[in-house]
Amino acid sequence: MNTLVTRGIQALMVAVLIGAATFAMMRALPGDAAYRIAAGRYGYDNVDTAAADAVRDELGLDGPALPALLHWLGDLLRLDFGNSLVSGQPVIAEIGHQLGASLSLAAVAVVLSLIMGPPLGILAGLRPGGLLDRGLLVVSTGLKAVPQFLMALILILILSVQFRLLPAAGYGAARHFILPALALALGLAAVNARIARDAMARIGAMPFYSFAQWKGLSRRQALLHHGLRNVSVPLLTYLGLQFVTLVEGVVVVEAIFGWPGIGHALVHAIFSRDVPMVQGTALCLGLGFVLINTAIDLLTARIDPRRAA
Amino acid sequence: MTDAVMIPRRAGHALRWTGAALVAASLILAVVGPLAVPGDPLAQSLTKALSGPEPAAPLGYDHLGRSIFHRLAAALRLSPAIAIAAVLTAGLAGLVLGTWAAARGGWTDRILTMLADALLALPGLLLVLMVLAIVPGTAPGFWAGLSLVLWVEFFRLTRAATRAVLASPAVQATRLLGFGPVYVFRTHIWPEIAPMMLTAAAFGTATAIMAIAALGFVHVGMRAPTPELGLMMVELLPYWREAPLALLSPVMATFALLLGLTLLAGSRDT
Repeated sequence: MNTLVTRGIQALMVAVLIGAATFAMMRALPGDAAYRIAAGRYGYDNVDTAAADAVRDELGLDGPALPALLHWLGDLLRLDFGNSLVSGQPVIAEIGHQLGASLSLAAVAVVLSLIMGPPLGILAGLRPGGLLDRGLLVVSTGLKAVPQFLMALILILILSVQFRLLPAAGYGAARHFILPALALALGLAAVNARIARDAMARIGAMPFYSFAQWKGLSRRQALLHHGLRNVSVPLLTYLGLQFVTLVEGVVVVEAIFGWPGIGHALVHAIFSRDVPMVQGTALCLGLGFVLINTAIDLLTARIDPRRAA
Repeated sequence: MTDAVMIPRRAGHALRWTGAALVAASLILAVVGPLAVPGDPLAQSLTKALSGPEPAAPLGYDHLGRSIFHRLAAALRLSPAIAIAAVLTAGLAGLVLGTWAAARGGWTDRILTMLADALLALPGLLLVLMVLAIVPGTAPGFWAGLSLVLWVEFFRLTRAATRAVLASPAVQATRLLGFGPVYVFRTHIWPEIAPMMLTAAAFGTATAIMAIAALGFVHVGMRAPTPELGLMMVELLPYWREAPLALLSPVMATFALLLGLTLLAGSRDT
């Protein structure tokens, strides 16, 4: 119960922070926001004073700051995100549209990383100091130092420009998933593998694990019944923390591959200073993080009941 | 953990030295490079566009005929400068607020921790993007945004360590002897947190450089014609077939710098 309360407060703080930041953004826009918004809506050639005035009246861009901020936060707490300044569509509808694309990309990336990282890490952790362990250390250290955008760049250069195996951008078919998901997954897998390796090495060195083997279990049985469950706890906890990396990656990787998701939308919204869209997408990403971590808190409590007490 | 589980200490030292060497190499390139081969990162000579290396431009020319070597050196000064400024600000803020929260406890502690937790839930890049849109100027925007992102880590480390130290009998004894808070900080708290702070600083610098490059790469960070690592990559990407060396230079430099910082920070899980 305590976790839920803490996470609830965290979610509320996130909402207020994003609300205040986007409000400051709205106020700090250089020049007249009305002109920018009009330019975003009608195109740069069709902006005149009348159009800007119409936008200003419609959106109420004049007036003192504090009441406006309270009003802004009030709207936010009533889950009224307003309309996109550029497209005029409700922000909720736009986000609902993009969220699916982002979630599917993120899910594929996480699954890919879980297929690549932890099995290798567990194998390495079963023999600390072995060849696989040392090799994995070098590879994962190298991969961790490659930011996701660089990984995306390298993958595009090798797989789609040099060998023309995969499309560099696009959305719709399954093969479009491969490059962006791989760009995200490799970095996650590098960390996953290290966590799994350290956990496995630690658990493998514990007396209870040796005892499991002494009492006659095969290596396989010992791993399946005594190893995996214990390894999965730190792995899950870190998966929750990795979600931040994943969300950051989604923002950058979607922008690079032209993936029609929420990160792409956020970059575009920042670009055209579409503040309600920025607020909506940022809120969605921040609250998503809190939600995932709450789920992981509850799940780890199930797997490892000692923590729930 | 037992020794068998951890990486052997000698290997750890070797890794750290490799990291230090990589970081030093890129900083030497950034500072000494332009002194050894004088040149202007912004000067164009369009007749030389995309041509190969020559003595005046050891890494060749980009699509606008600017010397890649000099642009790279300038970029390798810009990003680390912003990153270090942000890390220093964040480190100081985190240190002060962390000790304060741990020493005062109560509502001060609760509110600061709540704020830190909320910031932790926001992806760093997102926060930097929003601050960039609020603060005028790109370099100050990056500095402010990155400081805002990075202080949380320093705050959490300092707070956790300080709480443990303050509860120890050693500090109680010091207090009973009549020493003030400054003395307690200098003799008990700082020696405890200094090594952690250095690791966190190296990681923070890497994060900051990564963020600047990533946002430059998707056109929402530094603006052309500023020489910046991510921006150079995205500018040179279309000319990969004509001039592979031109694109590889910023890619390799970024990788070397980030790898160096990660190794320097030592092994830590995140």
